[in-house]
Amino acid sequence: MSEPVKRIKAPVRFDYTVGAGLTLSRFLAALVEGRLVARRCPGCTKVYVPPRGACPTCALPPGEEVVLVGTGTVTTFCIVNVPFEGQTMKLPYVYASVLLDGADIPLLHLVDVPAAQARMGMRVKAEWVPPSERRPTLESIRWFCPTGEPDAPFDAIKEHL
Amino acid sequence: MRDVAVVSFQKRIGNADGLDEVELLAPTIAAALAGAGLARRDVGFTVSGSCDYLGGRPFSFVTVLDAVGAWPPIRESHVEMDGAWALYEAWVALQHGDIDVALVYAFGRPTQGDLNRVLGAQLDPYCVAPLGADALSLEALQARAMIDAGRCTENDLAAAVGRARGEPMEALLAAPYVASPLRAHDRGPIVDGAAAVVLVAGDRARACCARPAWIRGIDHRIEAPALGARDLTRSRSVERAAEGAGVRAGPVDVAEIDAPYSHQEILVRGALGLGASTALNPSGGALAAWPFMVSGLLRIGEAAKHIHAGGAGRAIAHATSGACLQQNLVCVLEAE
Repeated sequence: MSEPVKRIKAPVRFDYTVGAGLTLSRFLAALVEGRLVARRCPGCTKVYVPPRGACPTCALPPGEEVVLVGTGTVTTFCIVNVPFEGQTMKLPYVYASVLLDGADIPLLHLVDVPAAQARMGMRVKAEWVPPSERRPTLESIRWFCPTGEPDAPFDAIKEHL
Repeated sequence: MRDVAVVSFQKRIGNADGLDEVELLAPTIAAALAGAGLARRDVGFTVSGSCDYLGGRPFSFVTVLDAVGAWPPIRESHVEMDGAWALYEAWVALQHGDIDVALVYAFGRPTQGDLNRVLGAQLDPYCVAPLGADALSLEALQARAMIDAGRCTENDLAAAVGRARGEPMEALLAAPYVASPLRAHDRGPIVDGAAAVVLVAGDRARACCARPAWIRGIDHRIEAPALGARDLTRSRSVERAAEGAGVRAGPVDVAEIDAPYSHQEILVRGALGLGASTALNPSGGALAAWPFMVSGLLRIGEAAKHIHAGGAGRAIAHATSGACLQQNLVCVLEAE
């Protein structure tokens, strides 16, 4: 061996089985039934979707369940132009923060609209996959589609950016 | 040095309900603060210890901040280490004198993956980790070295486990080896867990706790990562940390040793110079339940509890990290 070793390969692979926790598990289970179930913080009364184990402002466990109908407003969005491994959507596509009616925290999801038409304030609704294809994942909502309603005014979303 | 005391401690060991990290921690932290009569706004510094490899997610400690309510913004830090080292950072922060109250917490869900293999990934990435050694095999090397050097026998290993779990020696010794000379029970059961400790400085500690557990010494030392460069039959880092923390300055009523493997308890007990008058691991220690990343902070909390309750005047706690006791922390706690 006259050549010095300059590089080695040391592949590492670990497998995990990650439990989602009680709060998120209930949310995910409801998605299989085609329902969006948020939770209200008993302190600041904000409605979180997906719900979390504690309110990041109050540090309190979540309170009552709030069932959302699945309509909402695009608060902000990005247009994905760069191909990447695992990509399933045709470029360019719209990925948005959707403030669901009745919720205080936007949900991130796809919006089925030509990139040039994406805009803040756009009214959208969830399009669910058929019941037989629903799983405990947000992919049970295929994407959000425009409702055709007039855009929401900026004041309606300005606190949620 | 500024006087700093452990005034409150809460823990949650095991996770039969399938809680996530925030769900494990939020009630634990709330109870620890309530136990000291403090509110979240009283906390001047928050620091946590955890390991991203347990869940395979980078920066997992950031999402867990929900459990403390980090809005409005708080002064916060994290160590990718057992919570005992987070406590060390909090103790240092309290020495500056600008804050009086620190919250320390640790959490871990090691049951999400294969901890035995995950721990192999912390070894030197060039010369050791590629060998694929798992943690249990490395600990068995240390146990074997101790037996060969006459530092302990397999009976001693079984006795340590028997004391921690209340099981008879004969049954323990009849169990098969998993990595000779270690049997499955020679490692504490791997469980999920969370713990929270509240530190308060000066007179304010006396308002938070009838019998504060004052930190009279705390030190941590680390040895070479190359296992071949160390004498595995002794722990110089425990000896040095014990010296730095002042363990021998007085009698030790209670000692909580963070030894997830039976031979480690024997080795650390010897390195700390503990005699027969010390109650060793009254909590059962890590051999009874091993919530990885929480275990060391638990030892400090459990030791402090004996002072809070009046059962001990002087207690020591030990925490460990790395393969074969590579890094060790020793903390001396005293009543007034």
